[in-house]
Amino acid sequence: MTSHDLTRMTAEGLAGEIAAGQVSAVEVAQAHLDRIASVDGAVHAFLHVSGESALEQARAVDAAHVRGEAGASTLAGVPLALKDILVQKGSPATAGSKILQGWIPPYNATVTQRLLDAGVVILGKTNLDEFAMGSSTENSAYGPTHNPWDLTKIPGGSGGGSAAALAAFEAPLAIGTDTGGSIRQPASVTGTVGAKPTYGGVSRYGVIALASSLDQVGPCARNVMDTALLHEVIAGHDPRDSTSINRPVPKVVEAVQRGRTEGVEGMKIGVVKELQGKGYQPGVMESFTAAVDALTEAGAEIVEVSCPHFQYALAAYYLILPSECSSNLARFDAMRYGLRVGDVAHGGSLVSAEDVMGATRDAGFGAEVKRRIILGTYALSAGYFDAYYGSALKVRTLIRQDFEKAYGAADVLISPASPVTAFPLGEKVDDPMAMYLNDLATIPGSLAGIPAMSVPSGIASDTGLPVGLQIMGPALGEEQMYRVAAAFEAGYVARHGRTVADSAPELEVSA
Amino acid sequence: MSSPTDSAAGDAGAVAPALTRDDVAHLAHLTRLELTESELDTYVGQLSVILDSVSAVTAVTAGLDIEPTTHAVPLTNVYRPDVPVPGLTQEQALAGAPSAQDGRFRVPQILGEEQ
Repeated sequence: MTSHDLTRMTAEGLAGEIAAGQVSAVEVAQAHLDRIASVDGAVHAFLHVSGESALEQARAVDAAHVRGEAGASTLAGVPLALKDILVQKGSPATAGSKILQGWIPPYNATVTQRLLDAGVVILGKTNLDEFAMGSSTENSAYGPTHNPWDLTKIPGGSGGGSAAALAAFEAPLAIGTDTGGSIRQPASVTGTVGAKPTYGGVSRYGVIALASSLDQVGPCARNVMDTALLHEVIAGHDPRDSTSINRPVPKVVEAVQRGRTEGVEGMKIGVVKELQGKGYQPGVMESFTAAVDALTEAGAEIVEVSCPHFQYALAAYYLILPSECSSNLARFDAMRYGLRVGDVAHGGSLVSAEDVMGATRDAGFGAEVKRRIILGTYALSAGYFDAYYGSALKVRTLIRQDFEKAYGAADVLISPASPVTAFPLGEKVDDPMAMYLNDLATIPGSLAGIPAMSVPSGIASDTGLPVGLQIMGPALGEEQMYRVAAAFEAGYVARHGRTVADSAPELEVSA
Repeated sequence: MSSPTDSAAGDAGAVAPALTRDDVAHLAHLTRLELTESELDTYVGQLSVILDSVSAVTAVTAGLDIEPTTHAVPLTNVYRPDVPVPGLTQEQALAGAPSAQDGRFRVPQILGEEQ
């Protein structure tokens, strides 16, 4: 089997061949490292490639196989791209920021540890908007990632690196984090799959915090089954994260099998009236309407639901997020780790800790991070707290109630995952509000903490770029969400002969 | 794409005083960000646009008696067994420090000359 074939395979297929001894984990890892070497110069999905460490993990999987041991998990030996906001011991972690340049974490995130224990091979760390603040990866201090479908376009954000690594066949699996849409919107614009579990479904220990009441880690892949397999490897209670839910992990792999065999017969699917129309690109709405028709044909009962407070979600989010991030990012104080500039003890001119801190944070943080820190500090300040942060928390309750009512009428809700397909790099960098509107459809689910995912619905007729279908389940309702996603994907493949991800144009390969 | 302020439905001007350049400079100081003059010029405009958009939350909740939601899935009194677990070694904790001396973090002086 050629290395090109190995990089085109699903995670499920690779795991099966490795377990059967038809291919070694080292060959699989090497094929993906070679693919990264040949295309990542143009894509820039990775900030760090852990070649030797990845091969070492793969050799351990192969050695266990030779000893006759069963694979450590259903994904043993399968390579993965890790978003550079989770820490991996010994591998540089930047969160896309200059303030952490050169920092080598001394411990593993719980998710990292679970991946390693499962025999998943970590290829490296992927690019992101600085501290996950953005929708295009253009806020990364290390340069943007390019969308493999069209290298002049954004790959989404903040997890554009993870999504692009999948779409460029550099890895069959990736980890993302989603605060307001950072898993789902990149999946949508790259034709890949990404799921945000219920808030608390996956441990955040070792994940660099952005907004603690919203942040959630989740699985990404090129198809629904691979996403579900990865979901089960990383999910579950962790005593090191006090927001982690102490309940059994939803049986999402079983749900995918059920979706493939039984489809959506008898399920009620709600179309959210407020998550369409104005601000949504015609090609996106066309693909969404076709998806609704496909689900109807597959036996689902479609109901329209109204969530009148969703129109205030973006406003509430851009008060809650900056408030929490202004507090979380106070830890970057130039004292214990990361960048320090201007210190008189090291050739600078600044004497006091306060001045060193101010100079370091100005030099180390990018523009979007500074904007949000200032905005959050304002929203939390005396005299404005009730009007801004307090009101935003009340809007959050109204949105939660909208969801509760909607789930009274439907098993899952659907909408486009992103209002637009991938736009040109540079188009929105100077207009923060225009950039924020990319998360219009994903933010309500983030505020309510429900599980939500993006699965490709097709290719937009107006731009020729992929469109994502967002499927939202009630809290802890991952199983019905994955069932609908799997059924929809199976229908798409039956009609088109392949998944959207497999239809991506070939990238030019450099020697 | 629609215009930047479309999402901020409603007239929520009630609490949205214009943000001045001095306000931004003051906030920057509170957050320990030594901004340049040109950064201040850029941010005062951008932040005013954002504030104007997000202030919609005030109007929609005005006069409503609603419990705030701080966490999506509320948990209270989360305990774990009181069992000691090893943490980082001193060496590991100091490995990423910008400056260390005698097994401690070395930091710039905290008090001024006159204090």
